[in-house]
Formats: sequence, structure tokens, C-alpha cells
Amino acid sequence: MTAAPEIGSARLRSEDARLITGRTNWTDNIQLPGLLHAAFLRSPVAHARITAIDVSEARERPGVIAVFTGADLADEQGSLPCAWPVTEDMVLPDHPPIAVSEVRYVGEPVAVVVARDRYAAADALEAIDVDYESLPAVLDMESAVREGADLVHADKGTNKSYEWVFEAGDIDAAFRDAPVVIERRYVQQRLIPTAMEPRAVVCSAVGDEYTLWSATQIPHILRLMLATVTGIPEHRLRVVAPDVGGGFGSKLQVYGEEVACLLLTKRLGRPIKWTESRSEGNATVHHGRDQIQRLSLAADSDGRIRGLKVDLLADMGAYLMLVTPGIPLLGAFMFNGIYKMDAYHFKCAGIFTTKTPTDAYRGAGRPEATYAIERLMDELAGELSLDPLEVRRRNWIKHEEFPYETIAGLTYDSGNYEAATDKARQLFHYDELRAEQADRRDRGDPVQLGIGVSTFTEMCGLAPSRVLGSLSYGAGGWEHASVRVLPSGKVEVVTGSSAHGQGHETAWAQITADRLGVPFEDVRVLHGDTAVSPKGMDTYGSRSLAVGGVALYNACDKVIDKARRMAAHLLEADEKDIDFEGGAFSVRGVPDQSRTLQEVSLAAFAAHDLPEGFEPSLDSDATHDPDNFSFPHGTHLCAAEVDTETGYVKIRSYVAVDDVGKVVNPLIVEGQVHGGLAQGIAQALYEEAVYDADGNLTTTTMADYLLPAASDLPTFTTDRTETPATTNPLGVKGVGEAGTIASTPAVVNAIVDALRPYGVDDVPMPCTPERVWRALRGGGPEHSTRPGAGGGLGSATEDSRSEA
Amino acid sequence: MPRVSIEVDGVKYDDDVEPRLLLAHYLRDRLGKVGTPIGCDTSNCGACTVLLDGMSVKSCSVLAVQADGQDVTTIEGLGDGQGLHPLQRAFHQEHALQCGYCTPGMIMAALDLLRENPDPSDEEVREGLEGNLCRCTGYQNIVRAVRRAAGDLSPKPAQQEATR
Repeated sequence: MTAAPEIGSARLRSEDARLITGRTNWTDNIQLPGLLHAAFLRSPVAHARITAIDVSEARERPGVIAVFTGADLADEQGSLPCAWPVTEDMVLPDHPPIAVSEVRYVGEPVAVVVARDRYAAADALEAIDVDYESLPAVLDMESAVREGADLVHADKGTNKSYEWVFEAGDIDAAFRDAPVVIERRYVQQRLIPTAMEPRAVVCSAVGDEYTLWSATQIPHILRLMLATVTGIPEHRLRVVAPDVGGGFGSKLQVYGEEVACLLLTKRLGRPIKWTESRSEGNATVHHGRDQIQRLSLAADSDGRIRGLKVDLLADMGAYLMLVTPGIPLLGAFMFNGIYKMDAYHFKCAGIFTTKTPTDAYRGAGRPEATYAIERLMDELAGELSLDPLEVRRRNWIKHEEFPYETIAGLTYDSGNYEAATDKARQLFHYDELRAEQADRRDRGDPVQLGIGVSTFTEMCGLAPSRVLGSLSYGAGGWEHASVRVLPSGKVEVVTGSSAHGQGHETAWAQITADRLGVPFEDVRVLHGDTAVSPKGMDTYGSRSLAVGGVALYNACDKVIDKARRMAAHLLEADEKDIDFEGGAFSVRGVPDQSRTLQEVSLAAFAAHDLPEGFEPSLDSDATHDPDNFSFPHGTHLCAAEVDTETGYVKIRSYVAVDDVGKVVNPLIVEGQVHGGLAQGIAQALYEEAVYDADGNLTTTTMADYLLPAASDLPTFTTDRTETPATTNPLGVKGVGEAGTIASTPAVVNAIVDALRPYGVDDVPMPCTPERVWRALRGGGPEHSTRPGAGGGLGSATEDSRSEA
Repeated sequence: MPRVSIEVDGVKYDDDVEPRLLLAHYLRDRLGKVGTPIGCDTSNCGACTVLLDGMSVKSCSVLAVQADGQDVTTIEGLGDGQGLHPLQRAFHQEHALQCGYCTPGMIMAALDLLRENPDPSDEEVREGLEGNLCRCTGYQNIVRAVRRAAGDLSPKPAQQEATR
């Protein structure tokens, strides 16, 4: 009767069946009778006043149903929401879904055409005539905060949205007479999240009931926000996230196109579809990262850290979107990493520029923080001629010190940095590679070997609602699940988290099968539709399992409790004497008298003979609000060969040992790590959103924005240590972002490690051959503003590089 | 409007099409063959890869009129109608997909790769699929899946013996 445990087994995914056969329900697949197509005219300039728009010719084009400007919709389109006012005096500009009087980034919508098909809609855009009166582009954050700078929002009188400060310990004392002080300026370049499925929206109305399908990560949040912005009552609006082709944070948003499609459906009484092109999306899907980090680390001569000062400029782009201002705060508690220190000072200013707004991208704040501290640890090791692993060991929290309250005020519940590091070191053949490195250095080999270390942790599983509240976030961080045991004994599970590649349909069925003792195949997981899943906080921040999975665990327990009562009634025994094992209830000591869960479910459904006060049918609801974040950690080691003559970097080997606590499905976990590594390595080596001097995005296509292909990435060696989380009954931690957070500093540390004998102590990201080559030659101006060549005004005009 | 005659997954279609209509849009919007998704507009991502007379093409960079008189195979036409094609099965077994958006194109491109090179090395798979982008998997399991399918598709030693 007792099957092998599902939790921990490498179940092949249930969702694959439709994905590998082309039977997927992407939003753009949806067809409805009379469906119209929308296309948006977008600003071709970074900053300008709209002085006139003539849409009359466009309206006459064949197949065109309607054309609207921002002014036409001004009374009803509202302002796109920002749910995270990080300070009381934060500057929060209006953000009309379609610009009315001024445009502030290339790609901002200025008009929308609705036509019979997508070709006709695109054609009509060419017939719209807009007059722009040019205003100055604001591109560089450091200049934008100077006195007299050109302004993105003239009426606000400043380009600074907010300043947010966190202090702990006596930072002045930590730096006073410190034997070692390391000061660095690192740039987190701007990235484009690039989910493979472009955004798409379909909207329809039947009477005053609206349904909006969107390629979104957040159907529940989107429903509430769209109701708030458009005035369509929340209970008249259903939001569906059908199959969604990846998000990585980019679909954790309330987009102007979603608002516009809803309003146009309301106005025209016809269903409307909009699907973006990739080049449209590169310019208008929110971007990620984009910080200038000024860092100071004080240490004793034995390498012990005394204190850390962080001064950030974070590019908000032109507007504050859903959680734009909060992203750097998600890193604020992570700059200290896994290390102990006496004092910490964090200051962040959110800056407006005339660029695409930024917001969450895989890791959201924590990759930036982890990069800073892990790069600094290598610099500290270099300064003291210590092995980078040794300097970390002298500072990290020892496994016997957990739970540990960090200088940033978080309580890390569990971890074992020693174990992960030992395992990684062994898999990597650390000592052999160090020997080879020494040999290549001695020989003056033109191809040098570098070893990069990243011993990271991160805070995920967003999040305890009270903590989010204390940071002024507009909502909570709980998650919901319900379990319905159907009369036949089959089980439906409803989850409020909204999968878009994470494998919930498989992992949730595994948890349920184990808890209820039913076959895996008997469980169906429903999600992503507000009519099916009425409550939820959706999927982001590596929260699904650590929060939603625990809600499901609790909902299963509740169903068993209810069934136990029914079983006791059927078996004419006291509830206290009923055991539940392998999907059946029995009277303790009388194992031959038992009832299966299926039998109990049918009896509860028939309801002919129920215990006093028992409500018919077997079902339950549970909402879980965690007490703490989840803190996965790990040790990543990267060996990179750097050609000193060409600047070309080749990753020779990459070892990732992650500790994500208990694992429900090791196959899915390994897949998450692989994908995370790819995105983190891509930040280190390949990707950058580049703007030219006029504020035009020059990386609008996949030909210009270098998303790595299979041939650009190494084969990874992944392994795990398992230190269960102590803050949830499953012992699980988040895994979705860990690989991305850890890998970027591992790669750059490897490159700098290879070149340290040449006096190089930094290479700005992405570490393209040209940038590596220039760093080796003492810096100097870059000749190229080509995308991917590491030039232009990507994220800053002044690149930080070696003084050597 | 030009008239085209195209066989898609074993069914013959005769249609009048605008000369500029992309094959990808013809498949999706006119025929309802939505198993083939579109991921970009510069033929970089390969999500829309199909076979045109047995050769892989990115259907966003082929006009429907260019496919006139030819045979198109999409992900929906793979397999024998009963079970999965060995590549589809291998992608499932090796967990070579997460969101799955790139998967149809990746499988169709891999099919063409294995036609040209029935026993590719890891490196050859990586180079052979460099025109198809995936944002979820880091490619490692895709490489495994293609090599596994290569093994499943190659004649077994016993069969080789029999045909000798």
C-alpha cells in the first residue's frame, strides 16, 4: 500500500505533454469571434513634448476600426500603478498608459490603432502624424543628480525619486584606523529580461463581464490593479494567465498595453488582441539591474571585515512601475552576504532617466548586492594575498552559529557554508587548478587561467507580510491553496501561485500525493485564472514552493483532519484512535478495519450519514504567511581561460553546489539552477541594453542584444548539500533565482583573478573581449558604441576600470 | 492575391494570401496551426522553426508564397499519430524544457541536425542549435535530450547486422 515517497523523486513533468506536442495555450493562440487587433504607435525620441497628433488618415485606412491617442483616453486611462512607495516623500510621477502630452523614453506608446487584422493595424501606424518638440534626454545618473541637470519630469523639480538609508552598528568606528580599506565603483549594467514568449493580451466583454488573458506572472495582482486603474469593478473582471512562456520578472508588471486593451474592449464592445514584436518588447518591457555602486569595505589585517558602506544610484527609468523603487531595497539586506561584520551603512537613491522603466529581473536586487560583496571579498583577498576561499572562511557564519541575526537585521535560519564549499572545492579540483594557474603564470602563457569564487546566500520566498508592510510595500506575501477530494477520490488542487515554466503541476501533485496517500496521477493542479483560483499572490521572488507549497501542505493536513473525523464516524471509533497511513484510515490496533480516503470522500459527498455539524464533501483551504524569508545558499566556482592577446574569455569549467534545503523534485531544481546560471553568466559576459547619446535604445533586436546560445555556454557541474529550512514544515528554500545571483560574480572574479598579475583589478560588465583587452592595457576610451561591444552609454558614461 | 498550395502536416491547403504574409502567420492565423510560436522578428530565436520539404527553416523569415507547392512539417505533425517522436520523448525524459516556448522550434531544428549528423557530440549539438534560443534551461538538458534521441533514432547493432 505504501508507495515510494513522491517528495524527493525526480518525477518527469506532467506539463511537458502539451508543450512538446504543440498543444499549448499561449495567449496569442486565442481566437474569438470578431477579434480585433491592436497596434501601438511608439515614441521614436527619448524626450519630447507632443505638440500635435493627426490620426485622421489612419482612421481611413482599410480594415481600421478605431484610432485613439492618449488625449482621447485621458479621462479614463488613469495612471499605471506603483505599489511600493519606499519613502513617504518619494517622487511618484503620473504614468499614463498612453502618453498624453510628453514622452520620456523611446518606445513609450503615443497612440493605438484597432484593426481587423494585425497587418492592417501595423500599416495604419504609418499614417499617424505626430509633432514632437524636442526636450533634453537624461541618460547618465551621476549627471542627473547634479545641480541644474536637465529634468525628466520638469514639474517635479528633481531627478531623484527617493533616498533610502539603512544603518547598523558604528560605521565610523569600523572605518577609523582600519588597516585595510577597499573602495570600488561597480556598474550593474542594464539588462533586458527577454522571456521567450513576447507579451500578449486578449480581452473580451460579455455584457459588463470582462475577461483579460495576458502573458503575465501575476493574474491576481493584475486583476486588482486593472480594476483600480480602469474603474471596472474587480468582481466583473476575470484575469487568466494561460500557458505563459517564461517571465523572469518581466511579466510581474501592470503594463499600459493591458490597460489599453481593456479600455478599448469596453469602448468598442469587441474582443481585442495585442501581441508585441520582439523589437517592440525590447524597448518597452521593463528592464532590469542598472545601478552604480560605490562601495567601501574596512577590514583588519587578518582579513576580518569591520564594516561595509554602500552608496547606490539606481536607475528607475522614466517612470515608477509596479515595484520599481523597491528593487534596490531587496538588495539592501544582502550586501553583507554570508559574512559577519560590526557595522553596515546602506544608502540608495532612485534616479529618473529618459530610458525604459526598470523593475524586477531574476534576482531583483540580490544579484546586484551579491556581485558587490563577492567581488569585494576577492579584492580583499588580493590585497592581503590570501586565498579567496580562506578570506571568506574567516568571515562567514559558521554552521553551528545558526540561527544567526545578520548586521542587516535578518535572521538566517539555517545554512552550512563549510559543507557546500568543501563539496564544490572537491568537484572543481580546486588545488589542481590553482597549480595549473601558477604554472601558466610562470610560463607567461598568453592564455591565463582564472578561478572565480562566489559563496552566496539570498533572501527569497517573498515574503512575510509584516516585513513587506514595514518596507511600505502595498500588499502582503502570503499564498493560498485549496484541496478538493472529488467524489471519485480524484483530487483537484488549486494554487494561487501562477506557474510559467516552474513545473508546479508536477511538484504540487507530488506534495499532494505524498500527504494524501493518493497516486500522483490522481492529482490535477489548477492555477492561473482568477475564476478558478480566487486568491493568490502569484509567482516571483522564488516564492512558489517556500510559500505556496507550504500553503498546499497545510491544506492537505486540513483535508486529512476533516476526513479523519468522517472516518471515525464510519468506523464507529473515537477520532483520537484513528491512524492515517498510505491513503487509508484505520482504528489503532485494529488494522483490518479501515476506510480509504476515496471511500471517506464518497461518504462525505453522499452525506447520508455525517457526524454532527460536519459539512458535506472533503475539501479545504489554507493560506500561508511565512514568518521569515527563505535563505538558499551555495558555493560556485568558475574556471575561466582568458586570452591576453585577444581578450576572449572561455569558461572552462563551472561547479555549482547549491543548498536549497529539502527538494521536492531534483530534476526541476537542477533545471532551475542551469537556467539561472545561464542568465547570471550572460550578465557577466554578454548582455547589455545600450542607449546611444540621443537616448535611442540600440539593442532592440536579438541580433543586437546578445542572449547566449547553446554554443556560448559551458556544461555545468551541479550538486547540492541539504540543510533543511527550519522555518517551514517542508524544510524547503527557494531555488528560482539562486543560480543567477551566484554566477555573475563567480565569472567576473575568475576573469579578474586571471589578470591580477597584470595589474587588473576590474573589468566592467559585460566582459566582452574588447573590454578585457582594454583592461589589460590600462583602460582608455572605447572606440565602439556598437551594442555588445561594451561601449556607448549603456548604463553609465564613465566605466569603472583599473587604475593600473 | 496570389494563390498557394501548401501541404502542412499531411493536409493540403489552397489559399489566397497577401504576398507579404509570413509563413509563420499563415500557419498560426490562417490554418490555426498554433503549435508553432513566434519569438522574435529578426530570425534570431528559432522558436518558429518548421521543416520545409524536410529542411529546417524559420517560418518567420519565409513568405507563405515561397512555400507554394511545398511540404511543411510542424511540431504538430511529428510522431506517428500514436506516440511521441523520439525527440519529443527525449526532451521530456531529460527535462529539456521549462516554459516550453522554444521547444517546438528546438525540436524541429534538432530533427534537421540529426538528419545531417546522426551521432553528434555535445559540441556539435551546441553548434548545430545555435540558431535556436532558450531562456530557461541553460541548454544543458537540451544537449542531453538531442544526444539521447540520436541514440534512440540510430539503427540498433542488431538491425545493422541484419541489413549487412
